[in-house]
Amino acid sequence: MRLSRLAAPLCVALAACACAPGTSEQDGRTLTVFAAASLTEVFGGLGERFEEEHPGVTVEFSFAGSSALAEQLVRGASADVFASADTATMDRVVDGVGVSLGPEVFARNTLQIAVPPDNPAGVGSLDDLAADGVAVVLCAEEVPCGAASRTVLEAAGVAVEPVSWEEDVKAALTRVRLGEADAALVYRTDVLSAGGGVLGVDFPESGEAVNDYAIGVVDGGPEPGLAAEWIALVASPEGEKVLTDAGFVLP
Amino acid sequence: MSSGGPGAAVLDAHLVVRRPGFGLDVRLRVAPGQVLALLGPNGAGKSTALRALAGLVPLSEGHVLVDGADVTTAPAERRPVGMVFQDYLLFPHLSVVENVAFGPRCRGVPARRARRLALDLLAEAGLDGYAAARPGALSGGQQQRVALARALAVRPRLLLLDEPMAALDAHTRVSVRTQLRRRLAAFAGATVLVTHDPLDAMVLADRVLVLEGGAAVQEGSPAEVARRPRTGYVARLVGVNLYRGRASGTRVRLAASSGEGAVLTVAESVEGEVFAAFPPRAVALYRERPAGSPRNVWPLTVDGVEPFGDRVRVHLTGVLEVNADITAAALAELALSPGVRVWAGVKATEVECYPA
Amino acid sequence: MPVSSFPERGRRSGRLSAGRVPWLLVLPALLGLGFLVLPLAGLLVRAPWSALGARLLSAGVRDALLLSLGTATAATAVSLLLGVPLAWLLARTGFPGRRVVRALVTVPLVLPPVVGGVALLLVLGRNGVLGRYLYEWTGYSLPFTTAAVVVAQVFVAMPFLVISVEGALRGVDRRYEEAAATLGATRWTVFRRVTLPMVAPGVLAGAVLCWSRALGEFGATIMFAGNFPGRTQTMPLAVYLEMQRSPEAAIVLSLVLLAVSVLVLVLLRDRWTGTP
Repeated sequence: MRLSRLAAPLCVALAACACAPGTSEQDGRTLTVFAAASLTEVFGGLGERFEEEHPGVTVEFSFAGSSALAEQLVRGASADVFASADTATMDRVVDGVGVSLGPEVFARNTLQIAVPPDNPAGVGSLDDLAADGVAVVLCAEEVPCGAASRTVLEAAGVAVEPVSWEEDVKAALTRVRLGEADAALVYRTDVLSAGGGVLGVDFPESGEAVNDYAIGVVDGGPEPGLAAEWIALVASPEGEKVLTDAGFVLP
Repeated sequence: MSSGGPGAAVLDAHLVVRRPGFGLDVRLRVAPGQVLALLGPNGAGKSTALRALAGLVPLSEGHVLVDGADVTTAPAERRPVGMVFQDYLLFPHLSVVENVAFGPRCRGVPARRARRLALDLLAEAGLDGYAAARPGALSGGQQQRVALARALAVRPRLLLLDEPMAALDAHTRVSVRTQLRRRLAAFAGATVLVTHDPLDAMVLADRVLVLEGGAAVQEGSPAEVARRPRTGYVARLVGVNLYRGRASGTRVRLAASSGEGAVLTVAESVEGEVFAAFPPRAVALYRERPAGSPRNVWPLTVDGVEPFGDRVRVHLTGVLEVNADITAAALAELALSPGVRVWAGVKATEVECYPA
Repeated sequence: MPVSSFPERGRRSGRLSAGRVPWLLVLPALLGLGFLVLPLAGLLVRAPWSALGARLLSAGVRDALLLSLGTATAATAVSLLLGVPLAWLLARTGFPGRRVVRALVTVPLVLPPVVGGVALLLVLGRNGVLGRYLYEWTGYSLPFTTAAVVVAQVFVAMPFLVISVEGALRGVDRRYEEAAATLGATRWTVFRRVTLPMVAPGVLAGAVLCWSRALGEFGATIMFAGNFPGRTQTMPLAVYLEMQRSPEAAIVLSLVLLAVSVLVLVLLRDRWTGTP
């Protein structure tokens, strides 16, 4: 499902907003976006673009593990947009709070093994992760990244005991960047975002767990109009380019 | 000045302590079994001297020899010294017997033997019933006896007592003083005790050293010091009227500090700089100038009247200052009150005169 | 007609009569009390009382609790061993740079714990300034181990102990130590038999404070030691992670922590810690 399917309803919504009195007055308004940690760089860049196009509007992000964000939303946190790293977590928000203009899958991500640039443990495949003395860090299972890690490891028939279960994917990546861990299972996009800080190692089983990133407008948020415009930006050719540059795959 | 005494003194010390605004320089010699009292006003340096002997205050100069051994640079824990502090300082977290056994245990005596030793000492002091009690449960007098037992438990050669009666009320002081005298008499080493109460010095000490401003101003037996005080402080302490002057024959012309121009007539001829002293009870007061024997008669003004034991002490000013002790009856008869003018007379034979 | 003339009299005279409540003080005080107590009451109200038993006995809760209790106690022991001598140095000696040292000791008190965790990682991590040598020579690296949890807890909790004991030492009457010296006690004996027993209440209070702080430590622990059940997942970490998955489990863990804290405070009552 491509985000472009939303094009028609989006235009209607935008037109409706444009006709509403006072919408040209955008000074001092804030758009709150809850997004999975792996969207940090992509959304951060798009956020600047959005603020340029909408003078007077500030975009505030909360990047964290998708399930932590979902839990906050279900408990009543106020946000306009939710972008999660898998559809299961998005479903929790749909059930708990309600989502409009979506949820729609807007990007896909697959896992890669991240190792320090010099690859001290010589990791080349999932099997190597189970070797003795290799310090592996995995995302905690309740986080989408963690669920995906479990799927690929089961598919490969490899049992890995990590030294730590991290609560979001960026934390796992940081362990590798600091040289404290020999390897971590993170998203392809995370490896790219680290630049030369980590090396990415592909593995064949990555196709077994593809995370569908979903986005939607959270019911009850203060700025549904701005939220719709944000989603439009993400769906636009510009947004798509930023996503693919970062390593996401378009659905 | 150093005290006289047999050659084998237990304590031979020259204490020099220099601090900003304060200086101490005094020599001490104490024979075995002797008790030396350091008497003086506050700030005279008595406590500093005692603490220097204990090793709690470093000497700027001088030496401390105990039984001939030089302990000048030895820290407190290595000196053969036992000390009783003004507030006793019994360890509050230990029982009475544990307090007394503390010293021996520190010096390597096994716990059981130390406890036995402590119990014996407490029995001597009549406190064996309180062995298991905490110091806080004891009266002031009892605490003092425990503190003494604790100091004696280490078999010191030099016993130091800092104002041993100061923390007690007047009533307890009398009985405790008597007991302390007996315990000190039985102690074979040297004792140095610091006090500002002349009665302590009189009762407990064999020799008295008067310290003022960090230096010894007088030394001798208690009786000597009391009879022939050399400073105003001692004089006031033992309750005499003391004057300085220049004697020529039996006439003493008083110095400016004592009573400008006044003349005292004494019984015996003497020459040169002298002290002249007479006790307050030797002063007789008259409404009119008396005729007859008193050779020393002056017109004075009453400055203050206060009860003093069963007598009344009248303070008089004029050509010289005099304290006179009279009976209450005499007070009433003379109708004395501040501002009244009277004549004071003292017999020449009552005036003690000695070289300055 | 007023029923009683007393209030009228009070109004007329304008003075504060006995029994008038100082509302200016009481109101904020009640608000403050509510602020502190209501969240705890909320925990009790929302607890899944029916399922409590089963959850309490689950391996996850038991592991986290034992780990927390064990590491907090170990951290307190280390803090006592290192902190009491440090407190003594600060209280009793006048070594050059003492003020600077004291300021440094209090830094972990004001530093956000997670920053402390980052610092520990950068110094003692496998790639850390010092940790790399440890790893090269012995193959042992501190992060992700239970020892790392203890290290993180010592870092944040020891300053409490040091400050508390230093204060107690300053309050000791030095004359007792002099008395002990005249009785023949060496400096070590004085410390052991006189000073330490006299500051024991202060040391105990400091140790309780240290233990409680160590028990509740989160930021430095998760940063430096990571998260692994049974090995580095302490109670606070478990609560945080469970909140994302199963809030009921998180509440249960929180209740356990609350119960342990209250128990410790009740057991070590004022008379032991010497508060008047």
